[in-house]
Amino acid sequence: MFTNEMKRYLLYILCLTTLVSLPLNAASEKAASEKDINVREIILSEITDSYEWHITTWGNKPISVPLPVIVHSKTSGWHIFMSSKFEEQPVYKGFYIAKEGKYKDKIVEIDENGKEVRPLDISLTKTATALIFNSVLLIILIMSIAHYYKKDGIFPKKGFVILMEMLIMDIYEGVIKPSIGKDYRRYAPYLLTVFFFIFLNNLMGLIPFFPFGATVTGNIAITLTLALCTLLIVNFSGTKEYWKEIFWPEVPAWLKVPVPLMPAVEFIGIFTKPFALMIRLFANIVGGHSIVGGLVCLVFVTVKLGTTINITMSALSVIFTVFIDLIELLIAYIQAYIFTMLSAVFIGLARVEPSHKPVAKETVKQV
Amino acid sequence: MSLLTPETGLLFWMLLSFGIVVFILVKFGFPAILQMIEKRKSYIEESLLEAEKARQELANVKQESKKILDEAYQAQEKIMREAAQLKESLLEDAKEKASLEAQKILNEAKNQIQNEKEAALQDIRRQVADMSVAISEKLLRTNLSNKEEQMHIINRLIDEMNIHKS
Repeated sequence: MFTNEMKRYLLYILCLTTLVSLPLNAASEKAASEKDINVREIILSEITDSYEWHITTWGNKPISVPLPVIVHSKTSGWHIFMSSKFEEQPVYKGFYIAKEGKYKDKIVEIDENGKEVRPLDISLTKTATALIFNSVLLIILIMSIAHYYKKDGIFPKKGFVILMEMLIMDIYEGVIKPSIGKDYRRYAPYLLTVFFFIFLNNLMGLIPFFPFGATVTGNIAITLTLALCTLLIVNFSGTKEYWKEIFWPEVPAWLKVPVPLMPAVEFIGIFTKPFALMIRLFANIVGGHSIVGGLVCLVFVTVKLGTTINITMSALSVIFTVFIDLIELLIAYIQAYIFTMLSAVFIGLARVEPSHKPVAKETVKQV
Repeated sequence: MSLLTPETGLLFWMLLSFGIVVFILVKFGFPAILQMIEKRKSYIEESLLEAEKARQELANVKQESKKILDEAYQAQEKIMREAAQLKESLLEDAKEKASLEAQKILNEAKNQIQNEKEAALQDIRRQVADMSVAISEKLLRTNLSNKEEQMHIINRLIDEMNIHKS
């Protein structure tokens, strides 16, 4: 039994290692052909957005999936074309990808004044495509579970449904219920959606091959939107007591008048809480991916140092990569969990009831 | 740094896709799942309560049956005891009756014997009297000449009779 299990684990580790090293192979090969390896470039290319989905480099030819570019120029209006056009000709319909400067790696055009400007760019970039793909996947996933519940009644037979239910119940009973309190049922669907959205995107970012592997949750625009939603929900569900505690907190009077020191701090707090959510998720995912990238690059950096060192470092790097990947798996869950939990806690805090309950008012109403 | 500046295009797609995801899942996905889960939870709770109730009922039934059994045992014992008592008393009664009857029979027998004896005595007396009368008659009729002889005969006869009597 034990040896069997060991074998299985070893197999997993092997699979993981191969998977991890796949995408970076591509980047490194490209870099290796240019003789000098720019580790920073490789890592950045892994975590930043791009107009096409780079899969691998075969020989000297990069193989990538072209994605639609959708831009609106002030001078020439809407344009929709595939990103592969840029491979054929560097400047297409007046648009080109900036090589340097403020808009490095972004589509730009030259306006009447001869200045390089950014058109309105809603291209389906790598991250956007992955985002839509994951969103569709999430909808299919959750709706299929709902469907199975409708079909099988209250006792689902599928192991997959039971597994998902375990996750759902963990968040529902363990996070949402205790954090929000009374009205938890109202917020549970949204918070669960957020949890699974982040979790799925995190996991998909860990799978290194196409059509996964885009670091969706490692993009600030994504976490910004998520944090913004939390901000809106928290403040729209705020009770009178919540607003009172912000603008007239129970602190010594000199902290409130004439200079509204505490109210200002509390007011800033409204925005810092979601801001922290945004940065936390973003930084964790970017950090994890960067470390994996860096560790894999170790293999190619050490090529120059001789075979022995290279082999040793490669083995080390694989071991570390597996380790970090496992941690990333953990982080994928933990970050989704933390985001959901903190959102739930913020909602719970916004729904405070005054400590000295207006009992009299209620009794009067009842009478 | 470009890493920290949100892209307009991506923001647009994120708002769109996340909005759709939230709309669909909040409206149709999770409420259905949660409802089913809560339903099952309450079902399980109810079932547990019912099981507990059934268990208690079973215990009650067991207790009751035990009680009934106990009562039956007690009744049986009582009946046995009573039967034994009855048997004893019957025996006693019978014995008493028998002894009484025996006494009665004995008494009757004694009485009868007495009566018979008396009757026999009476009979003997009568016979003796008859005999003496007969003897006297004989004596008177025949041997009344010799006085001494007569006396002698009478005495002898009487003696004989006395001996006979005793």
